[in-house]
Amino acid sequence: MSLTSLWRAATQHRLFWPVAALVALLVINVPFTPGFFEIHLKNGHLYGSLVSIVLFGSPLILVAIGMTLVIATGGIDLSVGAVVAISGALACLVVSKQADQDSVAGVLLAFALALAVALVCGAWNGLLVARLGIQPIIATLILMVAGRGIAQLITSGQIITVNSDAYSLIGGGYWLALPFSLFVVALVVVLSMALTRRTALGLLVEAVGGNAEASRLVGIRSRRIKIMAYMFCGLCAGIAGLMISSNVSAADGNNAGLWIELDAILAVVIGGTSLTGGRFHLGGTIIGALIIQTLTTTIYTIGVPTQTNLVFKAVVVIVVCLMQSSVFRAKVFGARAKRRGPAQKSPGAAADAAPQMEVSS
Amino acid sequence: MIDRRSFLTAGAAVSAAGILAACAKKNPAKSTGPDSSGSKQITLGFSQVGSESGWRAANTQSVKEAAKAAGINLKFSDAQQKQENQISAIRSYIAQKVDVISFSPVVVTGWDTVLKEAKAAGIPVILTDRSVETSDPSLYVTLVGSDFEIEGERAAHMLEKVLAGHKGPVKIAQLEGTTGAAPAIERAKGFGKIMHASHPEWTIIASQTGDFTRAGGKQVMAAFLQAHSDIDVLFSHNDDMAIGAIQSIQAAGKTPGTDIKIVSVDGVHDGFVAMSKGQINAIVECNPLLGPQLMDAVKTVHAGKGSTLPRWIKTKEGDYTADQAAAALPSRKY
Repeated sequence: MSLTSLWRAATQHRLFWPVAALVALLVINVPFTPGFFEIHLKNGHLYGSLVSIVLFGSPLILVAIGMTLVIATGGIDLSVGAVVAISGALACLVVSKQADQDSVAGVLLAFALALAVALVCGAWNGLLVARLGIQPIIATLILMVAGRGIAQLITSGQIITVNSDAYSLIGGGYWLALPFSLFVVALVVVLSMALTRRTALGLLVEAVGGNAEASRLVGIRSRRIKIMAYMFCGLCAGIAGLMISSNVSAADGNNAGLWIELDAILAVVIGGTSLTGGRFHLGGTIIGALIIQTLTTTIYTIGVPTQTNLVFKAVVVIVVCLMQSSVFRAKVFGARAKRRGPAQKSPGAAADAAPQMEVSS
Repeated sequence: MIDRRSFLTAGAAVSAAGILAACAKKNPAKSTGPDSSGSKQITLGFSQVGSESGWRAANTQSVKEAAKAAGINLKFSDAQQKQENQISAIRSYIAQKVDVISFSPVVVTGWDTVLKEAKAAGIPVILTDRSVETSDPSLYVTLVGSDFEIEGERAAHMLEKVLAGHKGPVKIAQLEGTTGAAPAIERAKGFGKIMHASHPEWTIIASQTGDFTRAGGKQVMAAFLQAHSDIDVLFSHNDDMAIGAIQSIQAAGKTPGTDIKIVSVDGVHDGFVAMSKGQINAIVECNPLLGPQLMDAVKTVHAGKGSTLPRWIKTKEGDYTADQAAAALPSRKY
C-alpha cells in the first residue's frame, strides 16, 4: 500500500515524466557504448559522455532558462539565437583586436561589452512587446532575422578565430576538474531560482503571464516585469553566446546558435511550462534542455544514419511529449486512469504540451 | 512619464531613420538596373549559399572582386543555407530581367521548376561550386566549380601517403558535411570508391554530419571518441569541422595528427595553421577563388557562345601535406 502510494506520488510529480525520459535516453546508450556512464580523469579534468552532455548542453540550459521566464509572462523570444551570435561575435572581435589576447582584463572587457549588447537586445524586445504592444512572436522575429545580420556584419562574414586561454575558459575550459560552464550555469540557475521563488518576483511573473491587464489593475507594474523578463532572457542568451564561441575559440556569425530558439522552446515545453504563460518550472526546463542535449549525443554515439537524424529526434520528442500529456496517458492506459478518477486529470501544462510540439519539432 | 514619452519618440525616430535608409539604399540600385542594360553592361544575379565558413567568405569575395574587375554589374544575395531563400532570389532575378543568373545550390535536388522559369524567361544559368540533379540538362549552361568526388578520391590518396608504413587494419571516423549537400555526398563517395577498390583494411566505423561547422565537428567528434576508443583516422569533409574535432581529440587526452591522423578537405587559412602545427596531416584543396573563371564564363554565355563552353569548368586545385604547410601558409588567401 505504502509502496503503491509512493509510486503514485512519484508519477504525480510534475518532473516525473521528464526525468523518466532523460533516464531512459541515457540508458539507451549503454548497449551501444558500454562505458557510457564512466567518467575518467584526463589531463586533470573529468572526461566522459556525461561530462560532454553537460558541457555542450550548458548554452542550451541558459537560453532555456531565460526563455522560461519570457514564456511565463505569456510571451516568446525567437531572437535568442541571433543574440547568441551577436554576443559571441562581438566578444571574439574585441579579444582578437587586442595585442595580448590572453590578458584577463581584455577578456573581461569583451564579456562586459557583449553582455551589455545582449541586455540592450533584450530591452529592445521587451519595449516592443510591453510598451508598443506588438505580438511577442512578431516583435522578437525582427531581431531574430536582423540580429543574425548584425552578427555577420560584426564578423564581416568571416569566422573570427581567437587564441586566448582566458577566453576559452568559460565555454570550453575546466575548473576544479569540472567544466567551467557548469559553474556559470549553476550560478544563473541558483540566482534565478532564488529571485523567482524566494522573492515575490516569480509570483508577479506568473500573475502577468496569467492576465497582464488584471495584474496591472491590482497594482503590478506588468510592463516593467515583462521588460525585465526579456532583458533577463537576452542576458542568458548573451552568456550562452560567450560559451558557444569560447567552446570552439571562434565566432561564427552565421551558425552560432542557429535554431537554438526552437530547442530552447522545446526544452521549456518538455519541462512542463505552459506556452500560454502564467506558470513556469525552472527545474523542468533544465531537465528538458538535458533531454535535448542527451538526444543529440545519443544520435552521434549510437550511429543513427545521418539522413534519419531528424526523424529519430522527432519520434523521441513526440513520445516524450505524449507521455507527459495526462490526456494521452488516460486514453492509452485507460483502465488505470479511470481508477484514479477525474481529480488527477489534466494539470493544464502537460496537456498543452503535446499539440504545441508541432511548432517546435 | 517623460522617460516613456521620450523613449517612444526616440524609437519612432530610429525606425523612421531605418526605413529612410532602406529606401535610400534601394533607389539607386533600381535606377542603375535599366541604365546598365542600356550601356551594355552585363548584369549578373548571383545567389550565394550563405556564409557558413571561411571558405565561403573567400568564395564570396572572389566573385565580388572578379565582377568588379570584369566590369560586370553584380546583384548579390545570401540564401543563409536555405533552398527556399535561394529559389526566391532566383525568381527575383528573373523578375528583374538580369542577363545571366548564377548560384551555388544549397542542395542537389528540387531546382527543376525555378530553372524552367529562368529558361522560359530566356536567362542563361551558370552553376558555381556545386552541381544539381535535373531531368533536363539544358536548364543550365555550365558548372564552374570543383569535382567533389575527385576531392574525395584525392583525400583517400593523401591518406595512403599519411599511412605509409602503417600495417594492419585502419579504423576511420568520418565527419560529413551538411546532409544532402553535394560536397558531402560526393566527397564520401569518392573516398569510399578508393577505399573499396584498393584498401580492404580500411573501415569507416563512424560517420555523422557536423554541418560543416566547428561546433558541429567538435560535438560529433566528442561523441565518436566516447563510443569508439580505437579511431585511427579522421576524414573530415572540411577544415572547420576538423578544427573543432581537434579540440575534442585533445580533450580526450589524445594528440591530433599523431594518435589520430587527420585528412581534411578545403585548405582554409585556419586549416593550414592547424596543419603547420602538425594537428592535421593532409589537406586536399578545394579552391574557392573561382570568381575570374565564373566571369569569363558569364561573358562567353552573354555573347551567345555558351555552347562552346564545357559542361564543367573545373577549378585549379592542389594537395598539401603537413611538411608543406608552413611554406604555403603565408600565401593562403582564404
